[in-house]
Formats: sequence, structure tokens, C-alpha cells
Amino acid sequence: MNFDDTPQEAAFRETARKWIDANAPKELQAELSKSSLGRIRLANHDIVDVGKAWQKKKFEGNWACLHWPREYGGRGATPIEKVIWQQEEGVYGKLTQPFQIGEGMCGPTVMAFGSEDAKRRYLPKLASGEEIWCQLFSEPAAGSDVAGLRTRAEKKGDNWVVNGQKIWTSGAHYSDYGLLIARTDPNVPKHKGLTMFFLNMKSPGVEVRPIKQANGMQEFNEVYFTDVVIPDSQRLGAVGDGWSVSLTTLMNERMSIGARLATGVPEMFEFCSNLMLEDGVAIDDRAVRSKLASWAAKSSGLKYTSYRTISALSKGERPGPENSIGKLVSGMMLQDIATYAMDLQGAAGVLTGSDEETVQGQFQQMLLSSPSMRIAGGTDEILRNIIAERVLGLPGDIRVDKDVPYNKIPTKGR
Amino acid sequence: MNFDFSDDQKQLRDQARKFLAEKCSPKAVRVVLDGKAPYDKELWKGLAEMGFLGVAIPEEFGGAGAGHLELCVIAEEMGRANAPVPFSSTVYLAAEALLIAGSDVQKKKWLPAIAAGEAIGTLALFEGKGNPSPKNIKLMAANGTLNGVKKPVADGAIADFAVVAARTGSSGRESDISLFLVDLKAGGVEVKNLTNLDPTRSQAEITFTNCKAELLGAAGEGWSILTQVLDRAAVLCAFEQVGGADRALEMGRDYALDRIAFGRQIGSFQAVKHMLADMYVSATLARSNSYYGAWALSTNAAELPEAAAAARISATQAFQHCAKNNIQVHGGMGFTWEFDCHMYYRRANAMALGLGSLSYWEDQLIDRMRKKNAA
Repeated sequence: MNFDDTPQEAAFRETARKWIDANAPKELQAELSKSSLGRIRLANHDIVDVGKAWQKKKFEGNWACLHWPREYGGRGATPIEKVIWQQEEGVYGKLTQPFQIGEGMCGPTVMAFGSEDAKRRYLPKLASGEEIWCQLFSEPAAGSDVAGLRTRAEKKGDNWVVNGQKIWTSGAHYSDYGLLIARTDPNVPKHKGLTMFFLNMKSPGVEVRPIKQANGMQEFNEVYFTDVVIPDSQRLGAVGDGWSVSLTTLMNERMSIGARLATGVPEMFEFCSNLMLEDGVAIDDRAVRSKLASWAAKSSGLKYTSYRTISALSKGERPGPENSIGKLVSGMMLQDIATYAMDLQGAAGVLTGSDEETVQGQFQQMLLSSPSMRIAGGTDEILRNIIAERVLGLPGDIRVDKDVPYNKIPTKGR
Repeated sequence: MNFDFSDDQKQLRDQARKFLAEKCSPKAVRVVLDGKAPYDKELWKGLAEMGFLGVAIPEEFGGAGAGHLELCVIAEEMGRANAPVPFSSTVYLAAEALLIAGSDVQKKKWLPAIAAGEAIGTLALFEGKGNPSPKNIKLMAANGTLNGVKKPVADGAIADFAVVAARTGSSGRESDISLFLVDLKAGGVEVKNLTNLDPTRSQAEITFTNCKAELLGAAGEGWSILTQVLDRAAVLCAFEQVGGADRALEMGRDYALDRIAFGRQIGSFQAVKHMLADMYVSATLARSNSYYGAWALSTNAAELPEAAAAARISATQAFQHCAKNNIQVHGGMGFTWEFDCHMYYRRANAMALGLGSLSYWEDQLIDRMRKKNAA
């Protein structure tokens, strides 16, 4: 048992470190380091602009999407090399936010199901950051039950015509392409009538509307499709196979190692070390210590769980299921920590101004943002189902709509 | 990075699991649970024969000289099997104290006997309510004799010797405390069995009256040695707790698959599935923290104090959580004496207190994190 790199890993790390040292946008380092709890604050820059610049540089140096094959813009790196790269990229990894869905989900799906022409045309530009991709799966009536989606794609000659609406689409407003799942046959059970496509987000009939979120910010979008034409050459997988194609996409999402998950523990530790209560510093209070210690132990548990996964990758093994707990644990913890941080501030905890007294309002912001951590990318409940079914081997839910043609499934509760 | 046990260590785990499945069935555990024996003597003998008691004891002192990672692997299996033997008292506490602070003569006297299954040892630390603290130690040592009362002492009634924490000064500092080695079969020792939460592991009150004792380690060094012993034992106990948590989770999962209600397996209801998923989450966090503790223990790393506290907290919470919800998944049957659920529930809650309670270790973790941050 040790934490050391193998000689090859050490050599790779050294190469990556040198390159990063020579090329990273160091002028942003301080601001990026200060961006905590999943929020990126850059005073004078747009995250997409500086992100694209960093991505392009990485691409030119052969460090973008590095686990992809070389012919599609990657480096042909091993999974452990990708992890090492992420560790070395450090705070600059925050700049990759606009490209994560493309690299983690859309790209791998195109790689698995796209034609050779499509792969050579689209993947290198995705890797270089020149073109940003988004994922168009969720709908107002199809969230956890994504197979219940309504957006229709109808075949007209060599094209498909799409009508409907998607929602919760991160980055749709700056994306160039989108991965779209749509219903091509409403007369068969819901999982069987779906087909996967990709499309140009600038196509006529695509309308992107930002959603004002509960936390007051606008990171997600609604995307409306009105008679949008998609050539059949942009279909991924067979007609009616969209569900199994989507599983490839989602599996890739879950394979990504959650090394960058925020837990809120370092921020909370610092906060409690500085906050004065009536009887002294908060961290000397018995109740505070108890909660803080429990969170710290959970947070280190997550860290060393990811180390176990990395070790499996290092040995060339398939990681075990343990990594599936990351988002479930960190999402709830962030929310609990934010709530308690405000409790410790007493009545002043209600204030959201960015002054010193509220620690720049970081926990208030966290409180308002944390519900989304427990929903996006699989709700806590879906994640528990996945653990129960795939890890513990418990039976799946009884699905009353499984064999019912899609157009016979009830659409209203009452 | 190789943050995992080696193939040899995994093989040892399989070997221990197989051995315990044969020699330490729930039926065997119940013999002790029902008070028909103070501990499982046959099993203890078998553990010695397998070399498990001395796995981390150097060869020159009669052990296998394998190491602490090997001991962690065995500890997990002991927890899984809910073994009714004084393993933690003897191997994690008494033997570790001897290894850290014992003289060559002391080591030669006791360590080979431990490895051979001929001596049971324990740590006599507590004196009634309260967590580990120099202030709570009132038992006096003067001129090589001890006077005072220790309780609870795990396995005190079956132990041959004890490491006793005693007061040798009154300055109010940690240096007031020294450790002593006491042959419990000699004079000046009165042992009384106490009833406790987990009858598969006995607890005793020991009264020392002008009892002859020899120093273990230097005078005034007792608290510092004790802190090291507790940290090391915390990691080893965490592995027992992880083993117990995993077993409780498995029992719950198996029952959820077998039991039919409302015309379906109860494991198909989300209320039950989510409870089991949360148990898996706790057990996984505990395992990962314990692995880190194992690394720190086996390499004697500077990180050991923090790693031990995190492992202790995480494993205590996981075992309590899994044992409690295992009963809940079983419903009424889980609350019967006949089903094994309560044995894990008892063990989980007893283990949560043995080295100092959860709040004590929470305190320790924060102190140690602060120390690191300040450094």
C-alpha cells in the first residue's frame, strides 16, 4: 500500500507539470484559487473566453481530451494518465467547465456511434475547444424518467424534422452542437421509440431561452425546437436504439472520476476557525466540533474512495462501484454545511451581501445553490436506486409503463 | 498509486474468512452470548495456530513478523464474524503497548505468550464515566505498587496481564501518568465481572490493592505512549467495525431479497432500497478512511493521529448505522433474540465506546486538523 507513482506515472507527471508551468494562464491563478464551492468568479474575464484559450493551448500541446485516440484530437493516454493530468492541472481545471459535457458525454457518444467522417470532422474541434457541445436529454415532463420524453423527430425524406422542448441544458447559449435524444415512434413502449442525433445549435428553429434559477443565477436553459431539420447522417445508432445509445453517454458521465467535487469542508473549517461566538472561537465549541469532525471524516472518506478508484485505474483494472457515492455524499453535505454556517452567524446569517461579516456571502450562495447539486446529473433518489440495484443487486422498481405503448401512458396525475 | 492491499494480503483475508466461517459460526458466538463460556477458547487456540495472534509481532518475539497491514486484514474478518474472543484487548492494545514501550525482558515475557495463545492481555485505562484524559486517572502508583479501581476493563476477567494507566504525579500535566505492567494472576488484584451491552465481549472491574507492578516505558511517559496505543488501536478497531458494518449490510440485503410482502420482494421498495444504499455509502466511506489509517499505521506516518481519528469516527458511524438499519430491514424478526441482527447491534454500540466515545474522537480529529493547519 503506497501513494507513489510508478516510474512511468512519475515521468508522465513530470512532463505534464513542466508543460503546465510553461503554459498555464498564471494571471488567473489567484482568482481561480479563490473560487470555491463550485463557483467561478473572474472579475475581468468571461469563463468561456478564457476557457477556450486554455483549451486551445492544451490541444496544441496535445493535452486536450488526452484519453481520446490521437486521430480524434486526443493523446491516446491511459485512464490513470488522465487522472494525473487533472491533479497537475489543478485550479486551471476550473477553466474546462464549458467543455466538460462535450468531453465527458457528447464526444464519447460520437466516438462510439458516429461515422468515421463525423468523428474526424467533429471530435478534434470539440477537443480544441473551437466548438462547444451541450446535451439535450431532459424535458419538462421527463427528468429522472428521461425515457418518457416527448420531443418528436419525424422522418421526411433524408431528413428528420424535430419539434419539442428540452430543459436544464447547461451551456446551450454558448454551444455550437448538441446531442439530442428524441421520440421517433410513439406507438411502441417508451424505451423502444427513441433515437439519438446531433445537431448544429445554430439551425433554424432552435431557440435557447435562459432559465432564471432559484438561486437567482442563469446557468441552464430551455431549448425549443420548431420544425428543426436534421440530416439523417447526423443520427447516432439505429432508429429506435436511442435508449441504449444514451446509456453509453450516461455511463461515460459516471465513469468520470469525481476528483473535483466540492464538499465545503475546507471552507467550513476556516470559517469556524475565525468566527467569534459569545464564548470564544466557534471551533472551540463542542457542538461545532462534533459536526465539523463528522463532515471532515466524510470528506476524507470521499477523498480516499477516489484514491481507491485511481489505484484500480493505475493497475489497469476496472474501478469498483465505490466511486458512485461521490455526488450523493457531497451534495447533501454542502447543503448541511451551508445551513449550519448560517446558523452560526445568527440573525446576520440572513444577509447575502459580499462583506466580510458574511465571509463574502459564500455560504449564503451555497445554501441557495446546493439544491441543484442534489438534482443535476441524477437526483439523490436515482443515485440511491443505482447503488441499490447495480451495487447491492436489489430488484428494479416495478415499472407500470414498461410494456405500454408510449402514447397510451397517462400524462397527468389528476 | 497503489492504495489497496496486496494479493498476498487479500489471500490472507480469504484464508481468515474461511477459517472463521468454519470455527466462528453465529452458533459458536451464541455460546458466549448466552453466558455458557467467558470467551471461545477453541477459537482462540485456533487463531494462535493460524498465526493470526502474532501476525504483527516480530519473529524474534515469537510472532509471524508480517506487519500491520496483515493485521488490518485479519481485524476486518474478526469484525465480520463477530468473534467472541479478546482479540482487540490482547493484540491491538496490550501487544501494541509492549511493542512501543516494553523492555526487551518484558517483550520476551509476554509477546511470545500472546502469539502462542497462552496469554490474554488488556488495557486498564478507564475509571468509571468519562473519556481518555489524564485528569480521569486517579489510580495511584507509588513504590512499585498500585492502589485503585479500573472499570470497565474489556476482557479484564479473562486476562492474564494488564497494562495499567496510573498516576505517579500531581502536577496537573500529562507527565503525571505512567504505565505499568501487572500480572493479574498475582496478588493484590480483585476482579469482578460486569454485565454489559455486548456479552460476547466481557467487561470487568479490577481493584488493585498494594498490587506489585513494573513500569512499562519511562515514568511520566505514560500518556504519550497511551496516545500512540489508542491511535493504533483505533485503526485496527476501525477494520473490525468495517467488517461488522459490511456483514450487517449483507444481512439486510439478503433479507430484503428473500422476504416477500405486498406480493413482492421488500428489496424492490424504494424505502428499503434507499436505506440499504445509505448503509453502503457509510460502509464505503469507513472502508476508505480505514485504508488510509492502515497506510499511516503500517508506515508509522506523521499523518497517523489524524488518519486514526477519521477512521475511528467513520467506522464507528458506519457500523452503528448498518447494524441499526439491518434490524429495521428485518422488521419484527430483527428484534428477536433468535435472529443474529442484535449481536451486531450490540457489538457496534459497544465498540463505539471502547477506546473513547465518538465525541472524544471528534474532538481529537479537530485538534489534530488544527495542529496540521497551524504547522
